[in-house]
Amino acid sequence: MTPENTIALILCLPLFIALGIVVAGRFSDNLREAVTLLGASALAGLVWSLLPELMAGERPALEIGEVLPGLSVAFRVEPLGMLFAALASGLWIINSIYSIGYMRANREKNQTRFYVCFALALWAAMGVAFSANLFTLFLCYELLTLSTYPLVSHKGDPATVRSARTYLGILLGTSIGLFLPAIIWTYHLAGTGDFTVGGILEGHISGADVGLLLGLFVFGVGKAALMPVHRWLPAAMVAPTPVSALLHAVAVVKAGVFAITKIIVYIFGIDFLFATPSSGWLVYAAAFTIITASLIALRQQNLKRLLAYSTIAQLSYVVMAAAVLKPLAEVGAAVHMMAHAFGKITLFFAAGAIYTAAKKTEVHQLRGIGRRMPWTMAAFTIGALSMIGVPPTAGFVSKWYILAGAFQADNLLVVFTIIASTVLNAAYFLPIIFMAWFAAETPDGPDHGEAPWLMVFALTATAMLTLAFFLFNGPVIELESQLVRGGIQ
Amino acid sequence: MDLTPHLPALQVVVPMLAAPLIVLLKPRGLAWAGATAVAMLSFCIAIAMTIDVLQGKVFTYQMGGWAAPYGIELSVDAFSAVLLLVVSGAGALGMLAAHASVDQQIELERQPLFYSAWLLAMAGLIGIVVSADAFNIFVFMEISSLASYVLIAGGPDRRALPSVFKYLIMGTIGATFYLIGVGLVYMMTGTLNLADMEVRIQEVTELNPLLVAAGFITIGLALKAAVFPLHVWLPNAYTHAPHMVTMFLAACGTKVAIYVLIRFDFLVFQSALPGHSTQFASFLMPLAILGIVVASAVAVFEGHLKRLLGTSSVAQIGYIVLGASFLSAAGLSASVTHIFNHALAKGGLFLAVACLACHYRDLRLSQLAGAAKTMPWTAAALVICGLSLIGVPGTAGFISKWLLINAAMAQDNYSVLLVAVILLSSLMAVAYVWRIVETLYFGSTDNVAADGATDIIREAPLPLLLVTWLVALANIGFGFFPQLPISLSSGAASVLLGQLP
Repeated sequence: MTPENTIALILCLPLFIALGIVVAGRFSDNLREAVTLLGASALAGLVWSLLPELMAGERPALEIGEVLPGLSVAFRVEPLGMLFAALASGLWIINSIYSIGYMRANREKNQTRFYVCFALALWAAMGVAFSANLFTLFLCYELLTLSTYPLVSHKGDPATVRSARTYLGILLGTSIGLFLPAIIWTYHLAGTGDFTVGGILEGHISGADVGLLLGLFVFGVGKAALMPVHRWLPAAMVAPTPVSALLHAVAVVKAGVFAITKIIVYIFGIDFLFATPSSGWLVYAAAFTIITASLIALRQQNLKRLLAYSTIAQLSYVVMAAAVLKPLAEVGAAVHMMAHAFGKITLFFAAGAIYTAAKKTEVHQLRGIGRRMPWTMAAFTIGALSMIGVPPTAGFVSKWYILAGAFQADNLLVVFTIIASTVLNAAYFLPIIFMAWFAAETPDGPDHGEAPWLMVFALTATAMLTLAFFLFNGPVIELESQLVRGGIQ
Repeated sequence: MDLTPHLPALQVVVPMLAAPLIVLLKPRGLAWAGATAVAMLSFCIAIAMTIDVLQGKVFTYQMGGWAAPYGIELSVDAFSAVLLLVVSGAGALGMLAAHASVDQQIELERQPLFYSAWLLAMAGLIGIVVSADAFNIFVFMEISSLASYVLIAGGPDRRALPSVFKYLIMGTIGATFYLIGVGLVYMMTGTLNLADMEVRIQEVTELNPLLVAAGFITIGLALKAAVFPLHVWLPNAYTHAPHMVTMFLAACGTKVAIYVLIRFDFLVFQSALPGHSTQFASFLMPLAILGIVVASAVAVFEGHLKRLLGTSSVAQIGYIVLGASFLSAAGLSASVTHIFNHALAKGGLFLAVACLACHYRDLRLSQLAGAAKTMPWTAAALVICGLSLIGVPGTAGFISKWLLINAAMAQDNYSVLLVAVILLSSLMAVAYVWRIVETLYFGSTDNVAADGATDIIREAPLPLLLVTWLVALANIGFGFFPQLPISLSSGAASVLLGQLP
């Protein structure tokens, strides 16, 4: 099979899976779940099968058609998109296993709709990952928003619908109001919106306009949750936990920072941006978001909301790393997407497992829970250590590269922000870990054990990935160093 | 017998002759079936001609074999083809979907009259588009106007009567102005045939009567086309008309007047009157901009769904006029593409409104809260058409906005201002479309007086819903494959600009 056909298949498969789920859902739940799992595995297999070509320096591409001259729907596999696609499709398998346990144990309604929308969301995520130009990226980005809306509002009660409204309103509003004008502006300046190594805007725009265009892009991509367009993310926490885990720790939010990184690397070009002072504000905005979100997380009692604010901070790590505009930092941004994904999905899985087994959602209820749910809390601990950036976890690797990039650029603000945020991360995660393992349990609490084994299996797997990534990150670094012209020296 | 050369005549004659016959069809349903068949036939004729026009053919037809300029001439080129598609498409699809909605709103015994008036309105609008003769355009304009007054007033809503009276007065003034202008041109050139007029007007030495004529014709047609600030008749007429009529008129009514305005101005006046192009641009461009901004802003605060969409039409007409006022090929083709795309978006929206109206008698937004729960398919179609109205990529509306922005960028003066206006009004469109979405999907259903319960799914009748979805999907289809409207509209632009030096 040629790589072009593989791309076409990757972009069709989730639709067939969705269809298969609808049909299978008519017959039996087990059959439906089997379709989901098989489909997810097939998708991941297809995505990973593109890896050898990519490592060899090839860039398989697929053009669907030209809507208007210069404006085409086209897909192209490059290192950053590959990372995102591989991550989302790979974690979808584990997430499906977890979902089965979660949805059944909590007796959620409309499970078929849930799995269908999940497949559609993955479809949009694949489109985002492989999009070859801004126009295609925008189409898939909007599809992702629309397909995840039914997942966020899954419960259907008034409070949930209200939160879902915030979700939809902010994401659609920013994308149409800011992102789209930025895209039109770019097409007009450069005559194209193709993602090109080294950027396409150099020589077409200068001065303060660069900062303005960058602002339209960065705030237009609301999924990156840079303050002040971050409010949809805590709102989205009303969704069932598997949605928060895969979509709001991996697929959706990473689509946001992924789009921003892609725009900085392939549309502006890091050398051009580095030479343009008006783009310097982005580092400050990201640093502000990191610190502020961490401070807010410090004050959260609800575990999922705490994780949401931690996600906001971690997303801004990626934006900040991309905004350092040095090759090492760009690699750090890409690696952090992956490292954070492993850690955060583990944390969400653990939060969902705690909710399923003990119906506990608040931080202060977690006293002594480690003895009842040792596997879950062990995984939680690994995930939290990764957020802080302690070796031997994934979080350490990406922080290492971001710091290296910051020193390359002599950007002490970034260094300081990372140190401060590490302290803050420790300040809100360590007490939870300590309380869970060492505090005495409150008497007359519910008697419970671990969550269903499917969930425990899933969260153990992602925790293992978090640890493994510390040791086996070579291929990822090698792949991502192709991001920038000339690689990392 | 090869009918192809006769298609321009058949296009008008078929609905016009069928109209009186429909009145005779008394049994329930038969009148509708007959009218639908005729409207579909008319649509097919338009498609057949469009296929030929796409290959570069221009139809000309001498009525009764009398050669122009003495006989009556019909002609169909790329510009007319766009309008023919829009008018006959809206007429045919509207008819196809109309049955349930008309049953609900028009008494049984008056239905054949209603369908007959529908065909007459269609024949009149088509007649305007195919006529190559200034006076015939006036005649057909009167036919279509009279028929549409009847259609608008035909519903159960008594408030339609004052609205239609206002429309009648304004429309008559507009038509009279047009006739005065045509009379003046006739006085100076001695011909009514547009092509002949183009030639003879060059020989006119006394330009003042022509200037006056240009003023009368432009204002008269701007009134008919509801160009801001001459639009005041439109929102009320649209709001109180029967739902299917609103859909039909919103899709094509005003656009035909813009068609005549553009055609007359570009083909007749701009070659004859020195500096007229500048006057045309600097008169219409500010009006278009004001219309776009003011009408969009008003729509944001409008509380009635139909009036909101009607007000938004005024803004969208502004886009069409704005593109024409650029006087460039890019601007004109953006304009003509927008005629096509806006018909798709607005037609789809009003079809969805007709669906909603099956269960919600009161179409104020406050009464439509939570309608997406009872009518999920209707609401989804409405969202798709709404996205097209905003101009979101992947929908037809994006194509024309994109062309318009590109045309604005290519302007020498004020290009940044123009782009800013287009983007600003698109944001306002986001706001008013979001208000509809928010009401339908997130509104609380506490004080809603729908027919029956609000928590079970009761969709509109299937034919209506299917046509609505057909149009909604066409909005997406033409968002990805816009070649048809674009090639027609660039053909139209080159025909129109052929006369400019």
